Amino acid sequence: MNMNEQNTLAVKDLLYKMADDLLILGHRNSEWTGIGPMLEEDISFSSMAQDKLGQALALYQLLNNLGEADPDTVAFTRNDHQFHNCELVEYPIGEYDFSLVRHFLFDNAELLRYEMLMESSYEPLAKLARKFKGELKYHKFHGDTFVMQLGKGTEESKKRMQASLDFCWNLALGIFEASPYEETLIKEGIWQGEEALKAQWLAAITPVLEAAELKIPDESTWKPVYGGRSGKHTENLQPLLDEMTEVFRVDPGAEW
Amino acid sequence: MVSTNDIWKALEEVMDPEIPTISMVDLGIVTHVESDPEKHSAKVILTPTFSGCPALKVMEDMVRDKIHDMGIPNVDVSTSFDVTWTTDRITEKGRKALLQHGLAPPPEHSNGFIELEVLSNVACPHCGSLNTRLTTPFGPTLCRAMHYCDNCLQAFEQFKPVG
Repeated sequence: MNMNEQNTLAVKDLLYKMADDLLILGHRNSEWTGIGPMLEEDISFSSMAQDKLGQALALYQLLNNLGEADPDTVAFTRNDHQFHNCELVEYPIGEYDFSLVRHFLFDNAELLRYEMLMESSYEPLAKLARKFKGELKYHKFHGDTFVMQLGKGTEESKKRMQASLDFCWNLALGIFEASPYEETLIKEGIWQGEEALKAQWLAAITPVLEAAELKIPDESTWKPVYGGRSGKHTENLQPLLDEMTEVFRVDPGAEW
Repeated sequence: MVSTNDIWKALEEVMDPEIPTISMVDLGIVTHVESDPEKHSAKVILTPTFSGCPALKVMEDMVRDKIHDMGIPNVDVSTSFDVTWTTDRITEKGRKALLQHGLAPPPEHSNGFIELEVLSNVACPHCGSLNTRLTTPFGPTLCRAMHYCDNCLQAFEQFKPVG
């Protein structure tokens, strides 16, 4: 692929939204450290947080190679309207059922996204995708396992899981908000695009949710929550950024 | 004159900071070594086991120090994703070293095709029994999963397969 101006803009847009999703959900996952409902879950959410931050760093590094600021500057000095993450990832961790369902919906999409990106004509991203997919398999495995266990668990767990699925659904559809560069991305073989990913995602999660005896909301009620990709966010994001950057802001030039 | 081969040999003595029985070479994270005796310089490229591995910087420093100690002043150590690390890159010697540290080694020759079944009935590093189960695919570090042996009734960790 020729990295002309249009293609570079398209790749940057794609990298920013993927990296921001990972940074923000990684931060949310880390909030479970020390307070998970059981030790193994505490460790799982903390480990997934660590994976996501490492992946975000690698993507910000690619952006840096394309002329954007260095990863720390990009991660720690932007305000909420400059972030391109979907709204799903910025919500507070809530109760465990919410965090679990969010992680299940997000990471199923994430694994498929990077499996698709392994074929990207933008080779630096294809290389990262080959690395990330091995890590993300464990995220999907974790999400699927617990969704099935709790979906078929007690009356209370069923009720909670269904309520969280209903709450998350339109937010999760917001993951697939099209980029202004969607046509370029597809035409240039950078990747197959959000619509193709959404179709694969639905095919992947439907059998798991059926096995979990959970119901996907009726299609007539689907209203994807868009806006996050262009910097429109809920009141939940800026407080997260304030907390995440608190130490950085004390001495932005510090050597670590 | 320090040859490229000498550096490879020396790096076999640089141990993983978290698993001190396995060298970085046997772990398979060293992907490129180049020595230029005339310029008194050397170049080493590492590939991360996991994107989020916090030991990467420490590993780069350890490699740099080791080569400095060989009398080479100009050492360039970097990390790159160009070669994808998978658990197939762990050498036979490395697999034994993991076991020696009490970690079950990952299954061999996955060729990048890791299915989740490989996580069940992993041989217990304490008693060798296959009567074991996965308790969680995440562990004290990103590269480990936790299992329980129903034969010797002990928890153990596995260096988890990544493809």
